[in-house]
Amino acid sequence: MKYDIIVIGGGHAGCEACLASARLGKKTILITGNKENIADMPCNPSIGGPAKGIVVREIDALGGEMGKNIDKSFLQMKMLNTKKGPAVRALRAQADKITYKKEMLKTLEKQENLEILEAMVEDLIVDDKKIKGVILADGKEVFGSCVIITTGTYLKGMILYGSTKISSGPHDEKPSLYLSDSLKRLGFNIKRLKTGTPPRIKKSSIDYSKAVIQPGDDKLYNFSFSKKIEYDVDKQIPCYLIYTTSETHKIIKENLTKSSMYGGYVEGIGPRYCPSIEDKIVKFADKDRHQIFLEPESLFYDDIYIQGFSTSMPHDVQEKMVHSLPGLENAEIVKYAYAIEYDAIDSKQLKPTLESKLIENLYTAGQINGTSGYEEAAGQGLIAGINAVRKLDGKDPLILSRNEAYIGVLIDDLVTKGVIDPYRLLTSRSEYRLLLRHDNADIRLMNYGREIGLIDDEVYEKFKNKVANIEILTELLKNTKITPKADINNYLESIGSTIIYDSINLYELLKRPEIEFSNISKFLNKKFDDEVIEQVVINIKYEGYISKALREAKKMLEYEKIKINENIDYNNVPNLAKEAIQKLNEIRPVSIGQALRISGVNPSDISMLLLYLKRNYNE
Amino acid sequence: MNDIIVAISTALSKGAISIVRLSGNGCIELVNSCFKGKDLTKVNSHTINYGHIIFENKIIDEVLVSIMKSPKTYTTEDIVEINCHGGIATTNKILEIMILKGARLAEAGEFTKRAYLNGRIDLIKAEAVMDIINSKTEKAREISINQLEGRLSNIIRNFREDLLKLLANIEVNIDYPEYEDAEVITIENIKKQIGVMRDSLNNIVKESLSRKIIKEGINIAIIGKPNVGKSSILNKILGENKAIVTDIAGTTRDIVEGSITLNGIAVNFIDTAGIRETDDVVEKFGVEKSIEQMNKADLVVLVLNNNELLTLEEKNIISKLKNKKYIVVVNKRDLKNNLDLSEFELKNVIYTDTISVDGVEILKSKIIEMFNLEEIEENNCEIFTNVRQITLAKEALNILKDVEKGIELNMPIDMIEIDIKQIWTKLGDILGENYSDELIDKLFSQFCLGK
Repeated sequence: MKYDIIVIGGGHAGCEACLASARLGKKTILITGNKENIADMPCNPSIGGPAKGIVVREIDALGGEMGKNIDKSFLQMKMLNTKKGPAVRALRAQADKITYKKEMLKTLEKQENLEILEAMVEDLIVDDKKIKGVILADGKEVFGSCVIITTGTYLKGMILYGSTKISSGPHDEKPSLYLSDSLKRLGFNIKRLKTGTPPRIKKSSIDYSKAVIQPGDDKLYNFSFSKKIEYDVDKQIPCYLIYTTSETHKIIKENLTKSSMYGGYVEGIGPRYCPSIEDKIVKFADKDRHQIFLEPESLFYDDIYIQGFSTSMPHDVQEKMVHSLPGLENAEIVKYAYAIEYDAIDSKQLKPTLESKLIENLYTAGQINGTSGYEEAAGQGLIAGINAVRKLDGKDPLILSRNEAYIGVLIDDLVTKGVIDPYRLLTSRSEYRLLLRHDNADIRLMNYGREIGLIDDEVYEKFKNKVANIEILTELLKNTKITPKADINNYLESIGSTIIYDSINLYELLKRPEIEFSNISKFLNKKFDDEVIEQVVINIKYEGYISKALREAKKMLEYEKIKINENIDYNNVPNLAKEAIQKLNEIRPVSIGQALRISGVNPSDISMLLLYLKRNYNE
Repeated sequence: MNDIIVAISTALSKGAISIVRLSGNGCIELVNSCFKGKDLTKVNSHTINYGHIIFENKIIDEVLVSIMKSPKTYTTEDIVEINCHGGIATTNKILEIMILKGARLAEAGEFTKRAYLNGRIDLIKAEAVMDIINSKTEKAREISINQLEGRLSNIIRNFREDLLKLLANIEVNIDYPEYEDAEVITIENIKKQIGVMRDSLNNIVKESLSRKIIKEGINIAIIGKPNVGKSSILNKILGENKAIVTDIAGTTRDIVEGSITLNGIAVNFIDTAGIRETDDVVEKFGVEKSIEQMNKADLVVLVLNNNELLTLEEKNIISKLKNKKYIVVVNKRDLKNNLDLSEFELKNVIYTDTISVDGVEILKSKIIEMFNLEEIEENNCEIFTNVRQITLAKEALNILKDVEKGIELNMPIDMIEIDIKQIWTKLGDILGENYSDELIDKLFSQFCLGK
């Protein structure tokens, strides 16, 4: 068996990677432990949210699948941060875990050039620092020109609750026991990370009368730019909000040392942004209650996910904890919470293409790289898939800049700074948040998607049309003037604005904070789509901020443009600090811009480096 | 970066003792290799050791060597200070030997730069140290020392801390919109905090600008036609024979600088010589050159001759005084008055002669009066002392104003926050400490977030 590209692992990263590869015409095989668990969501039943929701749109604009798939399988849609500015708005969907998996599997099975194999990979075939294929548990060899590892939390997965430790992947799936040893032998630095998940309870055992209902938005939303899916907003499934009680806190405090974490059974480093409930109660002792959300997992089964209640307590304590929550006095636990430890590689050993620096044509994406989150995984999977294909085709890789995409921010952070605890995207990780909005992901990225070959004619035509209309509307607003006639001024006053004394174009008028597009549309002789209007209005209303962000980004890109020769020996650069030499040798930045972001590399080192580059490479 | 650097730390002149200082890994071994006395590699840290510097079997000098081992040193690296006998030749010879043995001549301020790069002092402190080295007057030294103690650093650091808290709070509101425990930051919160910060930063910048004088002193250009007595006045003020004085016009060949200290402020005099035509014995009154000097000066002293009529060039110069701080000195008051200034509305005209002392005293007190030098001495010292700091602070101030403008325009909080983040970065630049994950760390330490 010989393939162009082998993808190991069928999670969110693996799905994007194998689809991108197959769609770009490469003979692709996805090797997964269990076909039924392809695109599984072992933790929270939602996709999107701040930063993450924007990633889903970026994936869509580049021709990935996640946005389309969640559009087919959500239970509830919500636009977050609507009261804040446009830069931080984000779509989040509650997903039906069963439908999501089913739809993704359907897509994979329909995909030309893609084969799915149920098997465990135990070793890699490497020849002269180049990947050649993989060896399965039964000893069979599968050959491929590129291999993409997207094994999530399965590498030496270890489930923990209380003092119990079980070698396992999520959902009692078989863990991958040998692959990380194989990576270690090849020179990968292996680290141990930890994450966790809360208990699931039976829906019919909950008394919702004590909970606050959290419905979906009454406006219709889709993640994907390509195809609008209509749905009945009234038929969305709600979530519910409750709070921990003093009884909950008491139980946790009394049993603290019984948890895996506080009992000292955990080696892995857990994520800061998603502490267990025991962590919250210890570290934020002054808070007398914490929010807990009750979220549906699927229409096909009865499980409710207790968001905010992840724990590694033994099962008997979990029972007590759950029953101390209002409305959950008689709740029946269907699945207990657990912590999971797993092996991850050091992402600093990756190139910005997600190819390993150690082994040619070997790529990794998703949790194995130290990230957390379905969206972060999918974004990396897509980039790894695209770049593996482009490498085989001898084309330039796709490296997104920090000012172009959250995916760019994510990968740059991974390869430049590395991770200590599992990495989650936050809007605050981006310097150019205002440029990286959910509403303009297509404008930012769809041309790349098209060039790569993942955006079809129909979608691209629609996109080009949108871009053209943005231009037309902007010009129209600039060229349409209103004059200080009585009826106009009366109108302006009636909508709470101030009168004009000179003629003014609509573009300027829209800059007034109190003026909305709907107030001025009557002066226009042409109708436009909401999406077009949204772009134009954001561009006008926040022009000052946007141009400031663009200026900053331009400055960064100047440094990004100064490339560092791949073969540079930092030991030869005079007057570099020892720490800088070590860090630069480790990370081997591709540009001065990237070098600047390495912690421990000081501006003075950069000056030395620039001087050296100038002298030796005439940069 | 840790290579051994060496420099002569004392002023290179005739003095009793000079110090040659080395810093960097292995500098103790290096000095030991040319030192006769105790084994310096085995002595305790922070000790002074008697011995001789030896080179090619010859005793170069009798010295005291201070050994200071890392990390409790100025640069945090190993430091050796060689106290040798003064005299340019000996000191230079020792410096040369150190370089021959493998040390590198330090760049100006490199010891301090290392202290900064090794994290021992922040940038404000590092710059303050540079300023101490360069400070010409007691007053400036006081300010520099004050900064070293970190008073200004602390003010800026407090600003940053306040901003960081505010930013982390806004970020939590954005990234965890459903999280209730975090206070929802409102425009009113921001407005108040930003207002306070703007006022206080504004004051510091204003103070600093007015007090740039303290750091750099006042530059005074003395201009006037040849042989009007410029050099004589200057010499009287400086109390030494700096400029060459003769009766022959044009003997002040070069621009002579000299400084005095008036109420703790450096006052630098520039004696402007006219441009001499090579084939003419008589020096010409270089109007162009004088104007050039006028532009550079904080104060122009125009010297006129009481005994002579105004020349065309002098009239030309007088007409250009309007926009400058100036003093017109009518010299040679002891001679017959032929000078007529009635056609000009001149202020600050004083009459002197270079023979008596009180004429010069009048000039000095006029200078003090014009720059309020007495007042300067009284004030507190929380100010920026160099252009880099002032520039950054001004930039921060401008962005603070942008924030207020944004608030006025009803911009959403996440737009306003873009500017707040910028202010925080700018203030970090002043301190030279910007750490990109600071905000993320703050976010997670301050708020209880989870799934």
